Amino acid sequence: MTSVSVIDQLKRTQIIELLEQGKRVDGRALDEPREIKIEINAIPKANGSARVYLGDTEVLCGVKIQPDKPFPDVGDKGMFMCTAELLPLSHPTVETGPPQAPVIELARVVDRGIRESHMVDVSQLVIEKDKSVVGVFADVVVIDYDGNLFDACSYAATAALLTSKTPTWEMVDDQPSVVEGADKPLPVSTIPVSVTMAKIGNYIVVDPNGDEWDSMDSRITITTDSDGNIVALQKGGSDGFTQDEINQCGELSVKVGTKIREQLKLAQQENQ
Amino acid sequence: MGGRDATMVLLDENGIRCDGRKIDEPRRIMIKAGGLKNADGSAYIEFGDNKILVGVFGPRDVHPKHMSNTDTGILRVRYHMEPFSVGERKRPAPSRREIEISKVIKEALEPAVMLEKFPRTAVDVFIEVLQADGGTRCAALTAASVALADAGIPMRDMVAAIASGKVADTIILDVNNEEDQAGQADMPVGYMPSLKKITLLQLDGVLTPEEYKKCVDVGVKGCELVYELQKKALHDKYFGNRGD
Repeated sequence: MTSVSVIDQLKRTQIIELLEQGKRVDGRALDEPREIKIEINAIPKANGSARVYLGDTEVLCGVKIQPDKPFPDVGDKGMFMCTAELLPLSHPTVETGPPQAPVIELARVVDRGIRESHMVDVSQLVIEKDKSVVGVFADVVVIDYDGNLFDACSYAATAALLTSKTPTWEMVDDQPSVVEGADKPLPVSTIPVSVTMAKIGNYIVVDPNGDEWDSMDSRITITTDSDGNIVALQKGGSDGFTQDEINQCGELSVKVGTKIREQLKLAQQENQ
Repeated sequence: MGGRDATMVLLDENGIRCDGRKIDEPRRIMIKAGGLKNADGSAYIEFGDNKILVGVFGPRDVHPKHMSNTDTGILRVRYHMEPFSVGERKRPAPSRREIEISKVIKEALEPAVMLEKFPRTAVDVFIEVLQADGGTRCAALTAASVALADAGIPMRDMVAAIASGKVADTIILDVNNEEDQAGQADMPVGYMPSLKKITLLQLDGVLTPEEYKKCVDVGVKGCELVYELQKKALHDKYFGNRGD
C-alpha cells in the first residue's frame, strides 16, 4: 500500500486536479466522511462485537472480558487493551507473519484514542484489590481494505465496547468465580471518535479512501471525546502541516466527530 | 476425550442429540461465494455457530522466491482464529494447533487444485475463523474450496468436509463443540465427491473396526450433502438466484 507505482502517480495527478475544482474522486465534499454502517453483535459469542463498514473498508471487532491478574503497581484498576490486525485476505499486498510497523502504529493509535479518552472506567473493574481484576480486550481485524483503517478500527472498537455486557465475578476460595445471571453493561464514561484527515497537495480531506491514502503527503488522526475535548492525536506521513492546517484539522475533528458520535449512540440505543 | 461433563445428556432415549438434532442430521449450513472486494476469490460459511471467512489470492508471484517451484505452482494455506472467536480469548500469535490445521487443509486441497498449470506461482488461501463452535477445520475446508472456485482457479473437484463421530456408543454426523468435548470420537472427513477421493481424514477417540467403517461412511455421505450446498453457493453467485 505504500509502494509508489506509475498508476499511483497518475491517480495522484488526477486527485489533485479534481481537488483544485473542489471535488474528490468519489464525489464527496472535502470534509465529508464516507457512509458508516455499524452492525452490532456480529459475533454473538463475544462479550461485545461490531462490524463496521467505512465505505469499502470493512473491519470487525470482538470484545472479550475475563478475569486477570492486575499489574503490580495498579492493583486498584482493571485492564483495557485494544489490538488491530490486517488480515491477509484484506488486500493482495498484506503478508502473514509478525506485524510490520504500519500495523503496529495502527493498533497503538486506535488503542491510545480509546484509552486516553478514559472511555472504559477501569476503576469499576476490580474483583479484589491487588489480587484479581477484570481485563477488557478489544481485538479488531481488518477484513477488506479501502483506506483509513484508523477510523474504521476505532469506530468498531468503540461500538463493540458501548454494547458489551460484562459478567460479574466474586472471589471464591481465592479464585474469581462468575455470578450467574448478573451480566451488566460495561462501565463506559464517554464516546471517543477519531477523525483522520489527509493532506494532498495543499488540500485537507476527511476520511481518505484507498486511492487518496496512496496519494497523500501526510495525515493526521485526532480523537475527541463526548465533551468535545481532543484526547489523542497522531501525525503521520512524510510531509508537514502548517500551524493553520493543524488548527483547521482540530476544528474539523470536533465538527465531523460530533456527527459520527451520534451514529455510535444510535447504534448503542438500538441494541439496548 | 472421555466425558468431561458427566451431567450432559448427549443422546436421549428418542435418539435426539444435545442440540435437538437427529443422529444423521447436520447443523444449519449457509455458504456464500464471493463477498470480499480485494481478494481474487472468497467465500463465507456459517456452519452451526461457526462463522468463517476465506480469501484466495493467485496464482501470483512467490515471495520469498526460493519457495517457488519451476515444475508446478504451490498452494499456501493459513488457518487463523480471531482472538474473540472462542470462549477464552485466544492469543493472536499462531498456535501449534493452527499450524497443524493449516497443513492438513493445504494437503486436503492440493489434490483438487490444478497447480501444475501455473509453475513458479503461488495460490494463497487465507482462512479466518471469526467464531468457532466445533468442526472449524471442516467448515474452513468446505469454504476454502468454494473460494478457490470463486477465484476461477482450475480444479479437478471441490473438497467438501464434515465430521462424523461417536457419542453414547452411537455414530453421528457433524460433531458439535459439546459432542467433541464430551463425546467418544471425532472424525473430520474431507472428500471429493465427483472423484470419490478422501483428502482429509483425522480421528481422535476410540472406535471398533465396525464403528470405524461406519464412521467413514457417515462422513462421506455427509460430505455429499455439503457438496450440494457448495455448488448451490457458486450457482447462486454466477447464475443469479439472489439478484446480486
